[in-house]
Amino acid sequence: MKDQVVLRVMTKLLVPFMLVFGCYVIAHGELGPGGGFQGGVILAAGFILYGIVYGKPELHRVVPRRVVDALAGMGVLLYAGVGVWTMLLGGRFLDYSVLPAVDYGAAEALGMVLVEYGVGITVCTVMITVYDMISEEGRS
Amino acid sequence: MSLALLEPSAASFLKVASLAGTYNYALYVVLMMIGFYGVIAKKNLIKQALGLGLFSTGIFLFYISMGVVEGGTAPVWRTTDAAHLLKDPGPYDNPLTHVLILTAIVVSVSTLAVAMALIVNIQREYGTIEEDEIRAIENAEHPGEDVL
Amino acid sequence: MNSVLLIDMVLLGLAVIVAIGVISVRSLLGAVMLGGIYSLLMALIWQNMNAVDVAFTEASVGAGISTVLLVGTLLHTRRDTNQSPAIHWPALFAVVLTGSFLIYGTLDMPAYGDPNAPIHTGRVKELLGQHVGKVDREGNHHPWKYGSIAEQSVPTDEPVHSYPPPRTHAGDDHAAAAGAHGHPEDDFKGHSPNTVTSLLAAYRGYDTMFETAVIFTAGMAMVLLLRRREEDA
Repeated sequence: MKDQVVLRVMTKLLVPFMLVFGCYVIAHGELGPGGGFQGGVILAAGFILYGIVYGKPELHRVVPRRVVDALAGMGVLLYAGVGVWTMLLGGRFLDYSVLPAVDYGAAEALGMVLVEYGVGITVCTVMITVYDMISEEGRS
Repeated sequence: MSLALLEPSAASFLKVASLAGTYNYALYVVLMMIGFYGVIAKKNLIKQALGLGLFSTGIFLFYISMGVVEGGTAPVWRTTDAAHLLKDPGPYDNPLTHVLILTAIVVSVSTLAVAMALIVNIQREYGTIEEDEIRAIENAEHPGEDVL
Repeated sequence: MNSVLLIDMVLLGLAVIVAIGVISVRSLLGAVMLGGIYSLLMALIWQNMNAVDVAFTEASVGAGISTVLLVGTLLHTRRDTNQSPAIHWPALFAVVLTGSFLIYGTLDMPAYGDPNAPIHTGRVKELLGQHVGKVDREGNHHPWKYGSIAEQSVPTDEPVHSYPPPRTHAGDDHAAAAGAHGHPEDDFKGHSPNTVTSLLAAYRGYDTMFETAVIFTAGMAMVLLLRRREEDA
């Protein structure tokens, strides 16, 4: 599809905005509607659009398969890692109030932010994997 | 309660009149039943998966509508600098229902993804995704064996 | 009959029509596209019900990823189904029977939007710091006058509206020892205005962790089921 000028140009213009908007939605999950799931899916949509228009070899050049697989596990590891970190600091599993911050409210916010990043990474990479696996090249 | 519906009294009138206040739950049940019909009546596997998705969204609607308050607003705290503009802020809707449904939506799409992978494998194995054709192929290959 | 209710009924009617279309069209591509339309209508209905996070998630996940997934599956299979009889009567009978039992069960539920419902006067009263309907801060009982759609036989007192939520920080009046904050109210007295994210990440943190594990498992299952063939080819 990359010999169609309109698709190619619009993809190149749109993908940066989609990626930034996805990161914005993940980062502002606490301040308004949003969060890890929604932002992760929007991030993945940017990559999927790139993959649809430019083809799968190009998508694999930008996000190699091994990186995507590794990052999918890293998201869950980050989430569980925050829980283990709070246990190492003396609290219970996923008790965010013991994290190092100014006061207990800020510690809760820190814990929630880290956890949402983990969720966003996992959701984004799994959606890219789902698209990668389910789409097929070279069939009429 | 069932006998109260048959008795002609004020209590039974109130029970029937309560449908006017709970009519929306009846509509959500209709949506669920459309999806349920798709699961049990259709032979195509993708149609069955779509019917299951319809059933799920009907249940989510039912759940979220339980948390709605009359005159309520989205469960996001109003910031203090804007609160003086509102004469009567009004209550917040219940956020617990939203949380559980967020989890349920994402889990349901994960299940759909695995179902689609299985359907692709079934297509590669049997050449078809119609349930009756698969059953015929299986009966032809393994006659007399109870497969599906 | 206010405008919110009217929009709700119009959108629900459209959703029922589109749902019947999803089940009954013969072309699978048409059914998938109608499924995407159905997800967008669901997102609008939830936005109308003030469920903004759920609407966001349904619009992105349901109308976005779900449609991509289904269209990708259609690449491997036929685009339409066999001609089937118009109505499958035993299934229709079973569905009508189940539906009537379920509707009979919902007759006992509190009215839509009732502030006296148990869901608004239980735990959430403490979590959100608001008192709706039945009991206000002084402990007085105020029944709700349900005048929107049908009159019910309740005393006609004015309902008590909620107060703005208390914005105290968790460090003010709680025990200073670290790890002593098992009380869920601390989740709400932090710095996050979005109560849904605060509940999702802190109060129901275990659920979200295992939900992330479920998503990861779904990705692994896709790889295990479909990648082997690609390496052969």
